[in-house]
Amino acid sequence: MNAHTLTEAASVADETGTDSLVQIRGLYKQFNISGDFLDQLKFKGGKIVREQSFVHAINGVNLDIQQGEALCVVGESGCGKSTVARTVMGLITPTAGSISYRGKRIDDLDDKQLLPYRKKMQMIFQNPYASLNPRMTIAQTLEEPVRLHNPGWNAQQVRDKVHEVMFSVGIDPSWGERFAHEFSGGQRQRISIARALAVDPEFIVADEPISALDVSIQAQVLNLLMDAQEKRNLTYLFITHDLSVVEHFGTRVAVMYLGSLCELAPTKALFDRPRHPYTQALLSAIPRLEDDRPPHIKLQGEVPTPVNLPSGCVFHGRCPYANERCKREIPRLIATDDGGQVACHAVEEGRIN
Amino acid sequence: MTDSNQTTPESFTPEADKAPTLWERFRDSHIWHSFKRDRIAQLSLTVFMGYVIMALFAPMIAPFDPYDPTQIDIMNSELPPSWDEDYGDPQFWLGTDAQGRDLWSTILYGTRISLTIGVCAVLLQATIGIIIGLIAGYRGGRVDSILMRCADVQLSFSTMMVAIVVLAVFQASFGTELYQDLAMLMLVLVIGIAEWPQYARTIRASVLAEKKKEYVDAARVMGLGQIRIMFRHILPNTLSPILVISTVQVANAIISEASLSFLGLGMPVSQPSLGSLISSGFEYIFSGTWWITVIPGVVLVCLVLVMNLMGDWLRDVLNPKLYKG
Repeated sequence: MNAHTLTEAASVADETGTDSLVQIRGLYKQFNISGDFLDQLKFKGGKIVREQSFVHAINGVNLDIQQGEALCVVGESGCGKSTVARTVMGLITPTAGSISYRGKRIDDLDDKQLLPYRKKMQMIFQNPYASLNPRMTIAQTLEEPVRLHNPGWNAQQVRDKVHEVMFSVGIDPSWGERFAHEFSGGQRQRISIARALAVDPEFIVADEPISALDVSIQAQVLNLLMDAQEKRNLTYLFITHDLSVVEHFGTRVAVMYLGSLCELAPTKALFDRPRHPYTQALLSAIPRLEDDRPPHIKLQGEVPTPVNLPSGCVFHGRCPYANERCKREIPRLIATDDGGQVACHAVEEGRIN
Repeated sequence: MTDSNQTTPESFTPEADKAPTLWERFRDSHIWHSFKRDRIAQLSLTVFMGYVIMALFAPMIAPFDPYDPTQIDIMNSELPPSWDEDYGDPQFWLGTDAQGRDLWSTILYGTRISLTIGVCAVLLQATIGIIIGLIAGYRGGRVDSILMRCADVQLSFSTMMVAIVVLAVFQASFGTELYQDLAMLMLVLVIGIAEWPQYARTIRASVLAEKKKEYVDAARVMGLGQIRIMFRHILPNTLSPILVISTVQVANAIISEASLSFLGLGMPVSQPSLGSLISSGFEYIFSGTWWITVIPGVVLVCLVLVMNLMGDWLRDVLNPKLYKG
């Protein structure tokens, strides 16, 4: 029922110009790290003042996720990529900005209003050892979302659906009476994928779904995700730090640094010709077998703390091309000639090609 | 990364097709293995089961009904146990109390009352404590602060003080007769309400640890309601600490009830619990009639001891990280 009205709403939205599936606009997220009220009071210069400090996890991210694509978000630890994923899924409320699904704003809805979107948007988690409830059998875990989102179904229909998804991810349906701890990491991740697929979603957020797995299993799970995309016409927001996975899996890549988007480009364009200095450094760090590969770009210094953000471009302290303007002014995303977007003053001014 | 299609699972082994039954799981579990090796746990459980059987089948085991005045003869009062060759009566093997009741029958019925009060009070504590602990831990923030400050205030009154004040006021304002009718209910309520913070705090601590795990996020992403997440997903994962404190709390509740009865604020003499039996015999202890106090006392101490031993054992099994000194 809901799927129908949603697609209709979407087709209307298409005509009015929003052709992407998910729109993230001006997203900010700050986490308060100053403790409770009494911890915030400080004695300074003869006065008691209230001081609060924040971790600036996301700083103004704009992102459009197109129907049918696999958008990979890459970046180093702590750059806010998982926070973006969790904010999109409504697990975290953004400090500012909006998230829309097919043109409808969803970040300010309550749990009940969000329910039809929960059926359309699902999430796969990083750690398959923690993402399955240890006290529930696999069948219970999988039946729960099916029952919730299809209240009219009888027990047989629910069981058939669960068997279908279990089979499609390569888990024998007769294993349903077992508990999660009786499975291996790869099998558990298949079960979490089955749980996400059980409600027939059209958009899946995958938060580093293979980084906790053995290398030999990573390929299997990745191929399973690609098969599911083909068969079920899925759209992915894929969070990862593994660039070889991105090259294999992604249609477009978004590179994040310290809570900001540096560059967004189609995978091939990004790997062939990275524009942003950070992306260039990141890609040069991939180990390669060729002899004549370009030298590894070594960045100076450390990633600054997200508690006190640098002024201007967040990357200016480590960027070999930085000038006065980079220290003052926050760069905006500008379109490049090969279909991507990049947030860099040097690229805009033609200082780097 | 290979491109070959590897969506087939790691292996479909035939023996993996049959999931173990609940009983097979239990026999494979850590609890059962540890129980098989721990003599103290086995002994404690056996003794405790003995108490439970005594309590459940008291009317069938007891040779007399201590609640039936027609079976009591005042002429039999203060008879020593039957092994006393001078005055013992083979009819009453543990002797009789000051009113001529058979001590063995009275102890059986008293155990029944003590255990009932203990278990019911703990059920009440657990219900209140689990609900408050879950809400405080899961909601966090201001709700958590308010609920936990209430728990702190409640904890700062000692159980005995609250119980004595409430029961004494109740007895004074509604009269002894009504009090005797409602004594059991009042004891359950008072002990239950006074001790809920024990549960609330333990559960809140485990909820705080559990709610950070990804399965809770997964349940939220699914769109499950808060109540369902709390009770269906988080609560089953906090059961082991609940189990551990429950055994200790039942023992504590029985002790509290016995103390209150000893102080004259517990069960009436017509329906004695172990505590009120001890209390009633205390007046005669210096006249040499030791058995009215000592025998129920030993029964009570044994009951509390085995429950505490079981609680210790459970805590060691369910919390292997704990240093065992």
